[in-house]
Amino acid sequence: MTTQSTLLPDRETAEVLDRTLVARPSLRDTVDQSIAMAWRAMKKMRRNPEQFFDVTIQPLLFTAMFAFIFGGGLAGSVQDYLPWLIPGVLAQTALTACMATGTQMREDMDKGVFDRFKSLPIARIAPLAGPMLADVLRYGIAATLTLLTGFLLGYRPDGGVIGVTAGWALTIFAGWSLSWIFAWLGTVARSAQAVQGIGMMIMFPLTFLSNVFTDPETMPEWLQKFVAVNPVSQVVTACRDLINDGNFSAHVGWAVLGCSVVVAVFAPLAVRSYSRKI
Amino acid sequence: MTRVPDTDLAVAAAGLVKTFGDFRAVDGIDLEVRRGEVFGVLGPNGAGKTTTLKMLATLLPMDGGEASIFGVDVRRNPHMIRQLVGVTGQYASVDENLTGHENLWLFGRLQGLSSSRAKAMAADLLERFGLAEARDKQISAFSGGMRRRLDLAASLISQPPLIFLDEPTTGLDPRTRGQMWDTIRDLVRGGSTVLLTTQYLDEADQLAGRIAVIDRGIKVGEGTPDELKTSVGSSTLQLRMSDPAETADAAAVVRRVLDEEPVLTPEAGGMNAALPDANRAADVLIALRQSGLSIASATVQKPTLDEVFMAITGHSAEDETDAEMEVAR
Repeated sequence: MTTQSTLLPDRETAEVLDRTLVARPSLRDTVDQSIAMAWRAMKKMRRNPEQFFDVTIQPLLFTAMFAFIFGGGLAGSVQDYLPWLIPGVLAQTALTACMATGTQMREDMDKGVFDRFKSLPIARIAPLAGPMLADVLRYGIAATLTLLTGFLLGYRPDGGVIGVTAGWALTIFAGWSLSWIFAWLGTVARSAQAVQGIGMMIMFPLTFLSNVFTDPETMPEWLQKFVAVNPVSQVVTACRDLINDGNFSAHVGWAVLGCSVVVAVFAPLAVRSYSRKI
Repeated sequence: MTRVPDTDLAVAAAGLVKTFGDFRAVDGIDLEVRRGEVFGVLGPNGAGKTTTLKMLATLLPMDGGEASIFGVDVRRNPHMIRQLVGVTGQYASVDENLTGHENLWLFGRLQGLSSSRAKAMAADLLERFGLAEARDKQISAFSGGMRRRLDLAASLISQPPLIFLDEPTTGLDPRTRGQMWDTIRDLVRGGSTVLLTTQYLDEADQLAGRIAVIDRGIKVGEGTPDELKTSVGSSTLQLRMSDPAETADAAAVVRRVLDEEPVLTPEAGGMNAALPDANRAADVLIALRQSGLSIASATVQKPTLDEVFMAITGHSAEDETDAEMEVAR
């Protein structure tokens, strides 16, 4: 081919047929395209409201259920259990919502429209980043409803408006970060059911083998070790510090750092396996 | 900034190869598509047409060979290629959850049009493709033909200079198929270059200026539809005798006049004979009359691309397996 010598791969742009072609999308383009994709995901959510079930019913149900089941036994009364439970359920619902993000992404990718997305001159991350961005709304709903249910049951956190808001925001950030794991799962799994199955296998140990429901002091020592390194425990502890005490403790820093590491690892993995998919 | 030398070739591909495991879906195909033409890639299911197109559209990595589009290297600059090519796939790739207008707007926005410009383009395309009344309908309510038209509209929103149409009418009923052909003809009149794959021989004949015939991953023939047809012989004389018992006698007459063995079609009570020249049909008919043999019907037919395919590959276009489709999944 005669053309290869004239067009070097490291050129940023080329003029072809009076068009200026760019070699790769700019950051600005990537953001615009991700926002357009988020718009698509929002439209889709609005037209399929059943996608909100897990973030509306579950927070109401789980918060009330666990408060009444475990409250008396673990903390003496429901009132005394709430400061322990609410930050835990916050993290749990965010994690569950993440799983749905991965499953829906897998379902979405099987649709014909993804063939078109692949053929368009858009950033490879945009079709993934868009729905993830839209799902922030779902985590927001889940976190808000969990807190409201807690308030309704008589939860009066001492963290004040700033502490509670920070805990709420941390929950959403954690949900968004961890959903990249499930997005990656979505790009490598064969079907939406597989994502759901694998997701459950990850979810259950992560939420129950943690400090979500009880103080790990009461657990066997080998389990305590796992609980201590479980990222969910980190997020939960950070949320407790923020919401109950208004304390921006080291745990908060570790939780944010941990979540950022998850994004830094899994976002590129997800984009890579997505780009490879036929 | 680099200025790519203007090339007359929209697509230049040499030695394209794609393997799926041990299966060589595309086995060294060369293609040259000139600017402004409709180029047809014709072949049965599983011949490697879609795989070839997908490699050129950067949807599949190439396992071998070189390709450039308007002088831009496909392998090295996939993002640039995507700015030059609009792809319409075999299966309508539009969003089920969005309306016709929303789909086009989204694809416009994704390709850098401003919101108002994307809106205007979407409205214009819906009008041009006869979808104006369906603009606010969700795609799930669209008919098969409407989906295909919207899909085609979607690949035009950025006005790409080259359009890939992968089996644009597969699975459509004859009437919708005719509408789709009209739409494609309009497109070509507008000056676009089109690379079209099809398994329908008449579709290639109707739409394409030049055709490459592909079979089992290899290009087995290329030319204008007329060139391909001439390569098989010019026409066929089909005869049916009034009395089927006279068929053998008639065949002897045909053999004598044309110096060519006719192919008997006993179930139709007749025979087909290749004519080097359509005018020789008259000689055959006169000879039959002189021998006192009476015919029920006589037709002179130009060869169809189906016969072309038979002649080139030695088998009919219909009898290949779907092996490629299976493997490609």
